[in-house]
Amino acid sequence: MSTSALAAPIVAPLRNRQQWVERFAGMGFAFPAFMLLLVIDIVPLLVLLYLSFTNYELGALDTRFVGLDNFRKAVGDAVFRRSLGNTFVYVAIVLPLAVGLGLLIAVLLHSRKRTRSFYEVIYFLPVTSTLIAMATVWQFLLHPSLGPINGVLKALGFHEVAFLSEPSLVLPTLAAIGIWHLVGFNMVLFLAGLSAIPRDLYEAAEIDGCRSGIDRFMTITWPLLGPTTMFVIVTTSITAFKVFDTVAVMTRGGPMGSSEVLLYAIYLEGYQYFHMGYAAALTLVFLVFVLLFSIVQTFALDRRVHY
Amino acid sequence: MASVELKAVGKSFGDVHVLSGIDLDIADGEFLTLVGASGCGKSTLLRIIAGLEVQSTGNVLIGGAPVDHLRPHERRVAMVFQSYALYPHMKVFGNIALPLVMSRLNVFERLPLIRMLSPRRHRVMPEIAREVRAVAEQLQIEALLERRPSQLSGGQRQRVALGRAMVRSPAAFLMDEPLSNLDAKLRVHMRSELADLHARLGATFIYVTHDQVEAMTMSSRVAMMDNGVILQLGRPGELYSRPATVKVAQFIGTPTINLLPARVGAGHVVELFGTALPVRVKHAVGSALTLGLRPEAVTAAPVALAARDHQHALVGRLHRSENLGAEHILHVDLAEPASGTLTCKVASEPEAFVDGNRRLALTFSPAACHIFDSDGRRIGDADVQSAAESSVPAPARVAVQ
Repeated sequence: MSTSALAAPIVAPLRNRQQWVERFAGMGFAFPAFMLLLVIDIVPLLVLLYLSFTNYELGALDTRFVGLDNFRKAVGDAVFRRSLGNTFVYVAIVLPLAVGLGLLIAVLLHSRKRTRSFYEVIYFLPVTSTLIAMATVWQFLLHPSLGPINGVLKALGFHEVAFLSEPSLVLPTLAAIGIWHLVGFNMVLFLAGLSAIPRDLYEAAEIDGCRSGIDRFMTITWPLLGPTTMFVIVTTSITAFKVFDTVAVMTRGGPMGSSEVLLYAIYLEGYQYFHMGYAAALTLVFLVFVLLFSIVQTFALDRRVHY
Repeated sequence: MASVELKAVGKSFGDVHVLSGIDLDIADGEFLTLVGASGCGKSTLLRIIAGLEVQSTGNVLIGGAPVDHLRPHERRVAMVFQSYALYPHMKVFGNIALPLVMSRLNVFERLPLIRMLSPRRHRVMPEIAREVRAVAEQLQIEALLERRPSQLSGGQRQRVALGRAMVRSPAAFLMDEPLSNLDAKLRVHMRSELADLHARLGATFIYVTHDQVEAMTMSSRVAMMDNGVILQLGRPGELYSRPATVKVAQFIGTPTINLLPARVGAGHVVELFGTALPVRVKHAVGSALTLGLRPEAVTAAPVALAARDHQHALVGRLHRSENLGAEHILHVDLAEPASGTLTCKVASEPEAFVDGNRRLALTFSPAACHIFDSDGRRIGDADVQSAAESSVPAPARVAVQ
């Protein structure tokens, strides 16, 4: 009793001091990362939030606080509503095809031995290319009279197809280019997921009676690719949601607004019409959508991926 | 349940011969262990029996019928993998049920969503569930059926893997080092459980291991493999008491057998370090021999006592002793004219026999020696005879002092 009573006042401040040192060291280590986060993400977001409540225009001398006017305007804005709808259609085409094709190619390539790296490079090439430059190439390829694609169609006896100027075709065409650009990346992610599946499991499945490739895929491959698939779906949908380059280069939202997408609308408002306040409000809406997308998918898919 | 026969099975990968000419008859209900160091081909042989690997030459017969053209699941064998290979995304129930689901339901009855429409599935699934529960009960894992493999301990996973094998009532159980991922204590426990399971099921077990203790304790017969061939096939006791080659002798038994250089002396008597042993062989005089002496066949005694009793004794200096509680393992540096070291296993503390210079005498019965020729083959007992019975006068003692 007496020793502990004596020791207590000496030990307590020591322990306190150690706690302080540890806490400061921890903060010190976190500080650089926090500063980066602050400067790159948090401050711009706060500025964006502030701008979205003003009628700020680039170069304007006086700026008024307008409350929720920008958002009210967006709800009634036909261009904004159309671009939002188009973006969803675009995502709805790109997401299943880019994920499905990526998985299919990965499964096919995974079983190849000598030619695997050759095909990997081929499918990955579009990912490494700059989409802006590639969009120009695609524009030439798809040209109604000069492009080789229409040349082939005509040689086969089909009618000329105006891929980029036919309102009903322009979104699927842009989506096809988006898929072409994304498949290679998804393929690499799936290949990584595939090589993480132990070979033992396939052998055990074979002994347990998985006869065909489909049996093996349904029993082992698909369930064990769950975490990879979740990641691929989230990144693909966000990338698809951010579609901009192809629209800006190839169609500029046309014909008749049928390829107007969210980011292009924001770009027009902000940098063509200089309505910075309004553009900020639209950007906020865009960010909320991306966030919702990720949250919903993460929670919905997380319940099926639990090992 | 069925017998398994291998006829001249060989396997080569390009120029590398992994297995050559393996002949093996495994009787129905036998527990046969394939034992050997890593890379000896034992796992490849097991995978050939399972059908996971195709042999380059020879035939595999299960239950008397050739199965060379059959896929793994058609061979009616079950396999337990070293890693257990449990399906991580399925609960224990699903893991054990999978072989039955695969064999009793067709593709549509297994497809997600669509399977709900199948009336047959609703009839078959309760049957499968009943069988899974029966197996789980035998292995005492009923409480774990709703867990996932990641929530199980090593021993529990082992049982689930066994359950998945048992549920199909296979012709033979193939086990590829199933205990090597367990900790030492659990391994000893699972060893006796596996032996019990074999006794209870009466099924054919083919068991691959590199652990000679597992081979010795569980098997009806052991096949010791090295370099793609079977060196010796026999009951565990035979491999220990009559090893066919130096390699078998070295592999079976702990601590490892002592190997001493010997030669055939005048009158075909075996000479160890220049002293004749009362043992004769038919080999040419002057040819080299290897004498194997198990550590447990060697007895230690104080030097003075050994000299007085005229025993066959080697003298050496105690280098190190290991106290295992019930027994002590002594590492002895042999003194002139002998050379090298000798390990021996004794019951009492080494202090009982060492003198002031840590010297002690090691004695052994000549009958306990295993004699191998220069190629490492055991010299059959027909060639070994006690020199005392022969006409050649025997040396009275083999004390090296």
